[in-house]
Amino acid sequence: MSAPHSEETLQVTPLHALHIELGAKMVPFAGYDMPVQYKDGVLAEHLHTREAAGLFDVSHMGQAWIEGPDFETVARALEALVPGDLLGLAPGAIRYTLLLNDKGGIRDDLMVTRPAEAARANSLFVIVNAACKEADFAHIAANLPAGIVLKPIRDRALIALQGPKAVEVFKRFAPAGADMLFMTAQAMDVAGVPCLVSRSGYTGEDGYEISVPEKDAVSLTKKLLGEAEVKPIGLGARDSLRLEAGLCLYGHDIDETTTPVEGALTWVIGKRRREEANFPGSKIILGQIANGASRKRVGLLPEGKAPAREGTEIVADGKVIGTITSGGYGPTVGGPIAMGYVDTSHAKVGTEVELMVRGKGRPAKVVAMPFTEKRFHKTK
Amino acid sequence: MSEIRFTDQHEWVRVEGDVATVGITDYAQEQLGDVVYVELPEVGKTIAQGDEAAVVESVKAASEVYAPVSGEVVEVNGDLEAAPGGVNEDAMGKGWFVKLKLSDKSELSKLMDEDAYKSFVEGLA
Repeated sequence: MSAPHSEETLQVTPLHALHIELGAKMVPFAGYDMPVQYKDGVLAEHLHTREAAGLFDVSHMGQAWIEGPDFETVARALEALVPGDLLGLAPGAIRYTLLLNDKGGIRDDLMVTRPAEAARANSLFVIVNAACKEADFAHIAANLPAGIVLKPIRDRALIALQGPKAVEVFKRFAPAGADMLFMTAQAMDVAGVPCLVSRSGYTGEDGYEISVPEKDAVSLTKKLLGEAEVKPIGLGARDSLRLEAGLCLYGHDIDETTTPVEGALTWVIGKRRREEANFPGSKIILGQIANGASRKRVGLLPEGKAPAREGTEIVADGKVIGTITSGGYGPTVGGPIAMGYVDTSHAKVGTEVELMVRGKGRPAKVVAMPFTEKRFHKTK
Repeated sequence: MSEIRFTDQHEWVRVEGDVATVGITDYAQEQLGDVVYVELPEVGKTIAQGDEAAVVESVKAASEVYAPVSGEVVEVNGDLEAAPGGVNEDAMGKGWFVKLKLSDKSELSKLMDEDAYKSFVEGLA
């Protein structure tokens, strides 16, 4: 059998000792020593999250406040770096957006929250990817006008509770959480601990992401894990869950060389922002919206059982027309699933292609994503 | 009498007469995690010692299974195609991959016996 990786100096999250106590298999990820799975394994953890509730440590991700004189000034300042409509955020609303480079490439994807609380009326709360966080913070800070500052939050953990039973569990500790709508955030006590709670996630399921003071992270996590519906879930299942949900993994499905249009993320560009055309790379991106891009990110469903992994060539009519950027086994789908970039002429749902796995072309079809039904809490 | 030998790539081979049954060890399946796919060679194919005999894919990654000995494929474990989890459930038994007709018995002497493999795995921890 072929074999694994080397050693490096790794950072740890406030929950590191707990992961080990819970029997996690630890791996290096984005400079952190993180749990890839616990005793039940990736398959069982994935299915448990879809059936009940899974708890994820995502403390490696970067959290920060961006503060200024008032909301509008702060929102406009960050809008200079992203294509999303931040000015239009209602108090308590969250928006998924992208940090862009001057060529319209994606530096990172991030969540931006306009806090609901009066005390935070002059701030935005951002969550960025672990691997990008120091570069993102430096980039944002360097591009903010005088009077607006980025303050990295280094004393809070981030845990996600995801799955159809997440709300039932969460309301035992924070009753107000049950009434929150998807993509909204609220400061609230969770089991007596002051947290910033978002109804959001990266699994395609309903659930919460909880920013909790570092010193309370272990006790709150243990309380949530003490509920019968909840099991700890590692990065392995986090990846298969997000892939089934059709969600991008930064550095794989989107990066500095892909634009939002190519990445099938045109929806993140606000109407007003298109009209103003004042975000980085707007000329290139608006040109692609008007005239089409040469390639597009699509879902791919292999016909057989062989998983097609990242880097697999996509072939049609004897020609390479694209590459898989994420691929593997979808436990809820019960078979292989993938996403990747193809020439726009082959991007239509239903298009038949071949995936070159171990030198052999294997039939697959372009399909719409998600691969599984999303179950968000959008209305009461 | 059958004898079992191991490779440092975590394959096992059990020899009965001139037929060698090949699989991956319990340590290997544990490291791989949930197996979701196996790709087996065609019966009749000749494989040299150390060459790829099969592919095993877990939720995490694809790995090659190398032939511990040279020989011709006389049987493959078709059950694994429908139920690849058999590798996790019983790696040393019903989770076998291929049976090879041995072409050179002396190759076995280069492999580890059970005690040697056991201490080899302990050394990896």
